[in-house]
Amino acid sequence: MSGAIVIGASGSWARAMLKISPYTFSAIGIAVAIGVSVLGAAWGIYITGSSLIGAAIKAPRITSKNLISVIFCEAVAIYGVIVAIILQTKLESVPGSQMYVPESLRAGYAIFASGIIVGFANLVCGLCVGIIGSSCALSDAQNSSLFVKILVIEIFGSALGLFGVIVGIIMSAQATWPSKV
Amino acid sequence: MYGFEAMTFNIHGGYLEAIVRGHRSGLLTVADYNNLCQCETLDDIKMHLSATEYGPYLQNEPSPLHTTTIVEKCTVKLVDEYKHMLSQATEPLSTFLEYITYGHMIDNVVLIVTGTLHERDVQELLEKCHPLGMFDSIATLAVAQNMRELYRLVLVDTPLAPYFSECITSEDLDDMNIEIMRNTLYKAYLEDFYQFCQKLGGATAEIMSDLLAFEADRRAVNITINRCCHDSILCSSLEQSLHEMIVESCILVSAYCKTNYPYGHEELAVCEDIDQVHVLACVYIIDVRGVMEKYPPYQAIFGKLSYGESQMLDKAFYEEEVKRLCLSFEQQFHYGVFFAYMRLREQEIRNLMWISECVAQNQKSRVHDSVVSIF
Repeated sequence: MSGAIVIGASGSWARAMLKISPYTFSAIGIAVAIGVSVLGAAWGIYITGSSLIGAAIKAPRITSKNLISVIFCEAVAIYGVIVAIILQTKLESVPGSQMYVPESLRAGYAIFASGIIVGFANLVCGLCVGIIGSSCALSDAQNSSLFVKILVIEIFGSALGLFGVIVGIIMSAQATWPSKV
Repeated sequence: MYGFEAMTFNIHGGYLEAIVRGHRSGLLTVADYNNLCQCETLDDIKMHLSATEYGPYLQNEPSPLHTTTIVEKCTVKLVDEYKHMLSQATEPLSTFLEYITYGHMIDNVVLIVTGTLHERDVQELLEKCHPLGMFDSIATLAVAQNMRELYRLVLVDTPLAPYFSECITSEDLDDMNIEIMRNTLYKAYLEDFYQFCQKLGGATAEIMSDLLAFEADRRAVNITINRCCHDSILCSSLEQSLHEMIVESCILVSAYCKTNYPYGHEELAVCEDIDQVHVLACVYIIDVRGVMEKYPPYQAIFGKLSYGESQMLDKAFYEEEVKRLCLSFEQQFHYGVFFAYMRLREQEIRNLMWISECVAQNQKSRVHDSVVSIF
């Protein structure tokens, strides 16, 4: 294993962490990016959706307008999908001898971190948008002039997920695997 | 988990919360009340109500309307909404909704027992019962002779059974006993409801504790005033012991809301020194006022009343209650809105009853006396 770094005694946690394949990290990163994003989106949609259904009984006019809230939540899942696709394009095969060189490890960690960032940023973003969307549906049913005002708040909430996506994409640019020799 | 209801509340409660808020927007507005107060006949009232959510319920009523018909139909609407919500609800919301009806159940039990005592027809009494407080064996209440029988024969199967632990006696039922029973039951009910809400935690506990504490305070004040009025009329030593029992139940009612104003209720309970010179009821009310004005939330209520206007106290309390109930709609993700909605509807039905009574009896000058507009 030329070029592989050696940290800690054999049997230590540090060594064990180091010996996890960069591909494992990459795969977990990609899975978290899409999985947790979709969790956030789904969570947001049920919070919004259950309120929207109830509120629409007495004020049917709000249904189509408030679909925007659901779409905002859905967008969060789409961010996750986009980032997962970007991340998986970063995966390249490296020869077994190069598997544990620092560059490989760096690429693996970069994809992992990128996935975590995007996943959790989108989870809280989805929650935030969902809760605001639920309030939006209820207040729109009472007073339709409130819809646009709450929509602005919702857009700001939705931007939070975008920050995660931006940082995640920049982070994944670090993932350069060692070139095949 | 305080502050995190937003994340999980909607799993079970989101749909119904939205529905109850939808119902709330159907409450009569100030403009509606102004129109109703202008009415000349009960048919006018019906016409105005037909534009509101009460419309379908009053539609098929034949023309010589009675006040009772209007009130009855409005109550039917409330009961329909309640049943719809209850059928949709899951735990713990369904238990919460059931708790709301226990107050009516207590009133119904008292109504039947009092009625039987005065030898009224049971069927006639059953018609007067509030439909929210009905339970299966209510008609058999008439057979009971004392508290123990009442409990053993009928009430042991109802949700009220646990509240009876404090008032099982073998004494024969009479008016005074029944009144004490009502207050003891209500006290046990409020405490139980309060505990239940505390168990739910979060915003529900916060909002409901305020609403229930207010309810308990209002009852405590009312009991004190009634007792004072009673004192001034009957001062015999026999009556005295009965009064003490009522005072006791009054202290019990208010026992749990001491957290807010620790000493107020004791002071309230003590304002009973029957001075031979002041045997007039209003003196005692002033006494009560003196105690209550020390507590900020009640300053405004008692401040509004000029001396001697004790009959306005009820209205002042209702106004304050409506204000608090409306405020509970300002927060989302809690069960308080269900309680608040039911109470507001009941207030609305009381308003409609007052308005239609005034119209029916040609007392239009008094129509604004007891109407508490909600929004």
